[in-house]
Amino acid sequence: MSMTIAEKILAAHAGKGGVTPGEIINVQVDVVMVHDLGADLAIDSFREIGAKRVFNPEKIVLVIDHLVPAKNAISAAATRKMRQFAREQGIEYYEVGRTGICHVFLPEQGLVLPGDVLVGSDSHTGTYGALGSFSVGMGSTDIAAAMATGDTWMKVPPSIKFVYHGKPGKWIGGKDLILYTLGQIGVDGALYSAMEFTGEAVQALPMDGRLTMCNMAVEAGAKAGIIGVDSKTLDYLKPRAKRPYKVFESDKDARYARVYEWDVSHLEPQVAFPFLPANTRPISQVGEVRIEQAVVGSCTNGRLDDLRVAAEVIRGRKVHPDVRFIINPGTQQVYLDALREGLLEIFIEAGAVISTPTCGPCSGAHMWLLAPGERCIATTNRNFVNRMGGDGSEVYLAGPAVAAASAIMGKIGSPEEVVR
Amino acid sequence: MKIKGRVHKYGSNVNTDVILPAQYLHISDAKELAKHCMEDLDRKFAKEVQPGDIIVGEANFGCGSSREHAPIAIKASGIACVIAKNFGRIFYRNALNIGLPILESEEVVEGLENGDQVEVDLASGMVVNVNKRKSYQAKPYPEFMMQLITAGGLIEYTKRRLAKKSPS
Repeated sequence: MSMTIAEKILAAHAGKGGVTPGEIINVQVDVVMVHDLGADLAIDSFREIGAKRVFNPEKIVLVIDHLVPAKNAISAAATRKMRQFAREQGIEYYEVGRTGICHVFLPEQGLVLPGDVLVGSDSHTGTYGALGSFSVGMGSTDIAAAMATGDTWMKVPPSIKFVYHGKPGKWIGGKDLILYTLGQIGVDGALYSAMEFTGEAVQALPMDGRLTMCNMAVEAGAKAGIIGVDSKTLDYLKPRAKRPYKVFESDKDARYARVYEWDVSHLEPQVAFPFLPANTRPISQVGEVRIEQAVVGSCTNGRLDDLRVAAEVIRGRKVHPDVRFIINPGTQQVYLDALREGLLEIFIEAGAVISTPTCGPCSGAHMWLLAPGERCIATTNRNFVNRMGGDGSEVYLAGPAVAAASAIMGKIGSPEEVVR
Repeated sequence: MKIKGRVHKYGSNVNTDVILPAQYLHISDAKELAKHCMEDLDRKFAKEVQPGDIIVGEANFGCGSSREHAPIAIKASGIACVIAKNFGRIFYRNALNIGLPILESEEVVEGLENGDQVEVDLASGMVVNVNKRKSYQAKPYPEFMMQLITAGGLIEYTKRRLAKKSPS
């Protein structure tokens, strides 16, 4: 029976020889990821289920990222509840100062590996598909049940294959490929499906760029994004993986619900206009859009490679006087690496501010929010109505090169316009 | 179970950010969340909604974030059922898990307008538009979902599974 990588991973975790799309199966999970926004309700549901112990404390990862620094006394109490739960259950707890944004932290620390089934309390959990895992976002009650039993029900998704041909230009990253894809298929273009990203242009991406692509699969309504393992993945995992893992790959004659093939050799940097991530335009068609804020960070683009790209654009230049440029390293490790490479110095000399690792403005919960009517270019993943702040505020999504160029110009612009 | 109420109709891609904005996510009290339900889409909703009312969305209702606060806020606001052409997959699971009834149907959505009075029979999926005197049939739940619903939601379902695993 020929299967896609997603189907093979699910079959293996359901103890079956094969699975077909639409089938409802029970799967064993390798990792349950719970972040602070999901933990409060998940812990309540866990108690309500009547479970005494989690199925395996070593397979549960608790990350505090949305409500750090504590927004107010209520959010401080919510994270304390998470800390106490970790102690009670013998789960390792990564305290502030030793962690960062969940989707940057888990791959970086080797906590998720190829062939894993991971469920997480965040919708962008699909990020880890870039490592050849099947990772799915769920709500708090589903996560509570998975913590109690070590398994969960899933409907096997149909797979859609995306093939990116060609060698795109210097400033094109994973963010541009995924924004372009969203623009082509729409915010429900992959509803309930697994998006499998392949082709020369994907293989050429650094791991950080691949994580960015899978991160935003959910913006097309997908259940998961996934990229097959290659030598780059294995190199990335070598210093990180602390347990054995199994590599799965799609059969050559695997069945796909649809196949999209694009030549991205001449792809321009992409920008998603308010108020949908699929509302994309190439940079040449953006027109005059003034901004008051630019953000490089988040689970989409808060990794070292993203900071390197932004630094390359802004090195020796200055942030526009009317703009606040916020650099948000995704984890403490990214922060430290950026410091050692001299990237932070470049940003500070340009007039940018370096933020502590946090989901911050992306989630809109708090930190670096917009005043009513303000505009922001951000490397984040959602530009919904009032996502980042006040009434009538607008978020434009792009990669780190465009964000940095825009911070310099005071309006949305291309890195080509500032770096010659 | 029969539901009678007024339709609050919205468009496509109603995301969980507008259903329950992130600035309230540190709150876990359902009644408190309900005060902010639909705040970034329809400021009048929280004031006007009556127990038994129905939300109708077009495609991809509840897309976006995994926040269970969104269906919790809708349920606590008094909404008895959400009907859409299809749902964001996490919202779909969350709604069933917390006991917020949802129905999928293109036909029903096309047949209902904002302000219509409707009757919904959840067991059969039959929806009657009282104003237009027309009835529509929503898709039945898949068998597995029906088991979850009959068990009383995921918490009860999991309780029973755990009890079977470790008889004490």
